[in-house]
Amino acid sequence: MIEGAVTIRNKEFFPLQDIPCLPLHKFQVALSAGLAAGLFLAALPKLYGRKEKKEVIAVLRHDQRRRLYLLRTEIPSRWPSLAREFPQIAPFERELAEESGCVLQDHPQPAPLRYLPQTGTAADEAGRYIGSQSFLQAEGEEMHEVAVGPVHAGIIEPGHFRFLCHGETVFHLEIALGFQHRGIEAALRNRIPDQRMLMLMETLAGDTTIGHSLAHCQALEALAGITVPERAMDIRAIALELERIANHVGDLGAMAMDVGYAPTASFCGRLRGAFLNITAMLCGNRYGRGIVLPGGVGHDLDEDRIGTMVDQVKKHFIDVTEAATLLWNTPSVMARFEETGRLSRKQAKDLGLVGPAARACGREIDNRVDFPTGSYRHHRLPVSVWFTGDVHGRAFVRWLEIKRSVAFVLARLQDLPGREEQTSLGRLPADQCIVSLVEGWRGSICHVAVTGPEGEIRTYKVVDPSVHNWPGLALAVRGESIMDFPICNKSFNLSYCGHDL
Amino acid sequence: MIHSLLARYHQGSHTIDYPREPAPEMDARYQGRPIIDQKRCQGQECTICLDCCPGAALKREPTGLLCIDMGRCLFCGACVRQCPRHALSFSRDFRLATGRRDQLIVNGVEPPTDVRLDQLRRKLFHRSLKLRQVSAGGCNACEADTNVLGTIVYDLGRFGIGFVASPRHADGILVTGPVSINMKEALLATYKAVPEPKVVIATGACAISGGLFRGHPETLAGLDEILPVDLYVPGCPPHPMTILEGLLQLVGIAPRDLSKE
Repeated sequence: MIEGAVTIRNKEFFPLQDIPCLPLHKFQVALSAGLAAGLFLAALPKLYGRKEKKEVIAVLRHDQRRRLYLLRTEIPSRWPSLAREFPQIAPFERELAEESGCVLQDHPQPAPLRYLPQTGTAADEAGRYIGSQSFLQAEGEEMHEVAVGPVHAGIIEPGHFRFLCHGETVFHLEIALGFQHRGIEAALRNRIPDQRMLMLMETLAGDTTIGHSLAHCQALEALAGITVPERAMDIRAIALELERIANHVGDLGAMAMDVGYAPTASFCGRLRGAFLNITAMLCGNRYGRGIVLPGGVGHDLDEDRIGTMVDQVKKHFIDVTEAATLLWNTPSVMARFEETGRLSRKQAKDLGLVGPAARACGREIDNRVDFPTGSYRHHRLPVSVWFTGDVHGRAFVRWLEIKRSVAFVLARLQDLPGREEQTSLGRLPADQCIVSLVEGWRGSICHVAVTGPEGEIRTYKVVDPSVHNWPGLALAVRGESIMDFPICNKSFNLSYCGHDL
Repeated sequence: MIHSLLARYHQGSHTIDYPREPAPEMDARYQGRPIIDQKRCQGQECTICLDCCPGAALKREPTGLLCIDMGRCLFCGACVRQCPRHALSFSRDFRLATGRRDQLIVNGVEPPTDVRLDQLRRKLFHRSLKLRQVSAGGCNACEADTNVLGTIVYDLGRFGIGFVASPRHADGILVTGPVSINMKEALLATYKAVPEPKVVIATGACAISGGLFRGHPETLAGLDEILPVDLYVPGCPPHPMTILEGLLQLVGIAPRDLSKE
């Protein structure tokens, strides 16, 4: 379909040497053709551990055909940017330039994405350090800038927001991240997968522990050629959906809080914890640390535990239903939710938004359906879509997903297949490239792994859904009153550490 | 209006009565304070647990005793699963916080005891402690479990403890994360903006020792590299009860009474 590209499926590995290395112009023509045809850029990882050459792979996603396309080229010293034509590529080009040292030509926002610190200092070779970025400016009467962060008012991760305002109206928002950079990808390179690597995945974004550890384990299992028992697959899916429910419930509460609606805010604050506690019944940890292991799951469930979990899910779902229904039936809440932070379907598509943010704009994309793995191959979930693209849309899609995930969790809990022996991970094959997709609660999680000659990890690229969606938030607040920023921000609820790695 | 009142009635009250009543029981799979049975440990020649620990939390003292540094422990349970003689286990005791770094290194069975502020600060903060939270490379798990203390279940406000928006309004900072290089400056500026006298709380394995990220050039190895820490709250992430109990210890509400056990 795309000239020069290799076609693979989710979790299907392919020998790295068989991906043709295209000349730059051919690579860019093929990439542009793919993006113009409606494909999505899932990742743009630089290949490490190849001293003689600096190379990059583009991973494109075709949701309807359920295929992934890989393109490869050598990184030039000057990279002609495609971001003006295809905005979704902008953060990936910034990442590539930062990691490979190439210069972006004609990029709308050529600042580093994360400000990778050199040892001991926060400045890179060009003398840029975090906070040194120059922001877009405008002059005129009543024009002013509002700078927020990196330390925010609540208990939340750090990031810097620069609003360009005219009176109370936001003309433009620039988001500068990187404060959370912990060097996770660098720590994964040239290592044989082990417990520590798994834990780095679990702490990539603490609220997406199961999503990221699942994407990681899927990739390793596929590389090693081992099968996961059906029972373990179901327990993983239950864990992933519990993570989704807990976070979505928390988000509904947080959105209610930001419009000053105390009842739902306080109910959902408690109920989020209740669902985290159900996750803790799986493994002892509220965030699901230690559930997903390469080859299966860390803990099994007995009848007693299953019974208690079913009762708890049912009980708390009644309370969640009540709390959510209050939102839709309270005019003062809906007045703030509706028409606020609106994105069109086209904007969502151009920016490459994923997850509930995209589905709220009518984009029918969901990795659980488009690229199903594990239990989702056998048990289809409906894709929860809404059409308004505003704060209400993002809240309502979350509510639809909560309902469907609860039904899924209950069905799977009550119909767990019998026990089977789990296989452990053997040696990984040499010089292979694999892509693993999972639908986390924020959206599409993409892990790309490339192995070296000893079966060690040479390159590991993590793309958290937040990388796709941060630009969406910046666009959503344009033209809005600055006082609506908190509610827009909560309606996306993006990860800082998942972005900064 | 009537719907929200009916909902309020139906949702009921969920605030725990801790510390007057015992805390709700932890799940059987919860991994709290680690316990080492030295009699079962094979001693010097066995290094299984030392090798499998992803946080390098286990050490053998020169005396031959096995000890575990709760400030580095990620509570993953790898050592418990791998020890052939079942010398290691995790209890369901969530009381892990302490004021002294060395007290986190345990080789026996007692929980750490020493959480003590000086007279002046205890007197000042006993009935009102306002904190500014700073995430410096935290993964949002510690942050979320700190945030939870504000919900109706824990209702932190009833102890006079709360989180405020500005460091100028705060009596101290509660830090999560290993302190990423990129956040170091902002963290120090926040600390500086808090008026004296102040307290510093390190929450989670990362903030205490760098945790999983210890040794990364992109992060420091924990908060006490740059600031004096008054309270260490171990865990990855610590359970909300661990954080709550630690805060109550710090301000002198409901001190641990170990003699009753």
